[in-house]
Amino acid sequence: MTSVLFDVPGPRARVRNLGASILGGAALLALTGFVLYRFAAAGLFDGAGWEWIQYERIQLLLVASLVNTLRAFAAAAVLSLLFGAVFAAGRLSDHRWVSRPASVVVEFFRAVPLLVLMFILYFGVSRSLGLNISAFWAVVLGLMLYNGSVFAEIFRSGVLALPRGQSEASYALGMRKTQVMMNILLPQALRSMLPTILSQLVVVLKDTALGFIIQYPELLYQARYLGSQGQLGSPLLQVAAVVAIIYITMCLLLSALSRYFEKRTRRSARRPPADPGAAAASDLVALGNAPHGGPL
Amino acid sequence: MNVLLDNLGLFGSAFLATIELFVVAAVGSLLLGLVLAAMRVGPVPVLRAFGTGYVNTVRNTPLTLVLFAFAFAYPLLKLVELSFFARASAGLILYTAAFVCEVIRSGINTVPVGQAEASRALGFTFTQTLSTVVLPQAIRSVVPPLTNVQIALLKNTTIASGFSVFQAGGIYQTLSERGYNVLVGLLWVAVGFLILVVPLTVLQRGLERRWSVTR
Repeated sequence: MTSVLFDVPGPRARVRNLGASILGGAALLALTGFVLYRFAAAGLFDGAGWEWIQYERIQLLLVASLVNTLRAFAAAAVLSLLFGAVFAAGRLSDHRWVSRPASVVVEFFRAVPLLVLMFILYFGVSRSLGLNISAFWAVVLGLMLYNGSVFAEIFRSGVLALPRGQSEASYALGMRKTQVMMNILLPQALRSMLPTILSQLVVVLKDTALGFIIQYPELLYQARYLGSQGQLGSPLLQVAAVVAIIYITMCLLLSALSRYFEKRTRRSARRPPADPGAAAASDLVALGNAPHGGPL
Repeated sequence: MNVLLDNLGLFGSAFLATIELFVVAAVGSLLLGLVLAAMRVGPVPVLRAFGTGYVNTVRNTPLTLVLFAFAFAYPLLKLVELSFFARASAGLILYTAAFVCEVIRSGINTVPVGQAEASRALGFTFTQTLSTVVLPQAIRSVVPPLTNVQIALLKNTTIASGFSVFQAGGIYQTLSERGYNVLVGLLWVAVGFLILVVPLTVLQRGLERRWSVTR
């Protein structure tokens, strides 16, 4: 793909690349070495700083906060998929009075920062309207409104990306609008959208960490709490390292799943693109259609 | 309306801080993203591996975690002392650069193979091919997704309010201290962000119209 940017290296280029490799590698090694050295100097690798991990209570606390993170993720994922399905259907509707409000809602929630949505739910609604929204629901509903709107766009563009012949043929067969959508368009669209949906779910999982800011007791919150416990030796670096590894591993696993499905859809595509440029172009179309922010 | 008019100074300075944070992070992330993209498509294996590893890791890290590390863990390392603002910018730059890199790389892939082949045939080196032939064409086709990344960055600046950086995301705290209605204040903040997104979208449309190439 990108190897067309440079020639197959000849003897001189090989020497040059080797030199650049050694130089670049040495610079990177020096950088990581320096960072690791600073971490070591700050006591990240001292046994004393890790004693807390042997306490059963703390292990249970960490597991509980992991469960909190996953609970918020699961609820938000289900609700935002539902929200997305409803509003995608709304935007695709032929009735103006349905599609217009649906578009406004979707565009609004996509343009407002997710954290501000959570603040509105947690501080605004509960203080001003007297409705008591717990931190858990503020996180889940905030994620639902934002990611649901993103899902609505994903579903809509997935249905619109199908060849027109599909819906025309089904109308010609005498199917109703609902039948066309349910039996013809959605099954195809969902399959091609699966990788995008999964990578958006990674965003949901990542954004549960925002709960930290509104005091939802998820992993980061626990890291801050345990890290400030003087009697444990304030092991902030250590706990943060553990929490970071947990978060990144979970997201990497979900991303790997998304990539797996992407490869599978690419392979089973009926018409393989004639040149690699076309595949890349379709990549970019998907990127260009990606709603504000895309998978960020 | 009172909430906004009585606190116009607060809203003004907070949104100004947001814009400041955004501009610093946007410029930084575009530059770093460009360097990372060049690393990822370049001929040097070590740099290529580093670029790939960096992008894959950072894209799967929550931004809150990155800012958390810069706000709370960085001071423990006792390196150069930086303000909260500088640390938040650093976090935003490192995070957003990974997404910028991916967008630019996919843009490079849309440039027809013949372009790079022709410039190689003319004897251009990798740097020349990339900077004078491929990138100018790639940048044109990535204007929309690149703007989307920057819009997301603008919204992400609010996360810095959890880490002692005064900007629009933190307005509600001052409002509640002053005894104003927080809900109304937050809705005005939302409106402020809607207004800030508009010029970016206009810029995107303008650049798209001016730079679009028919292929």
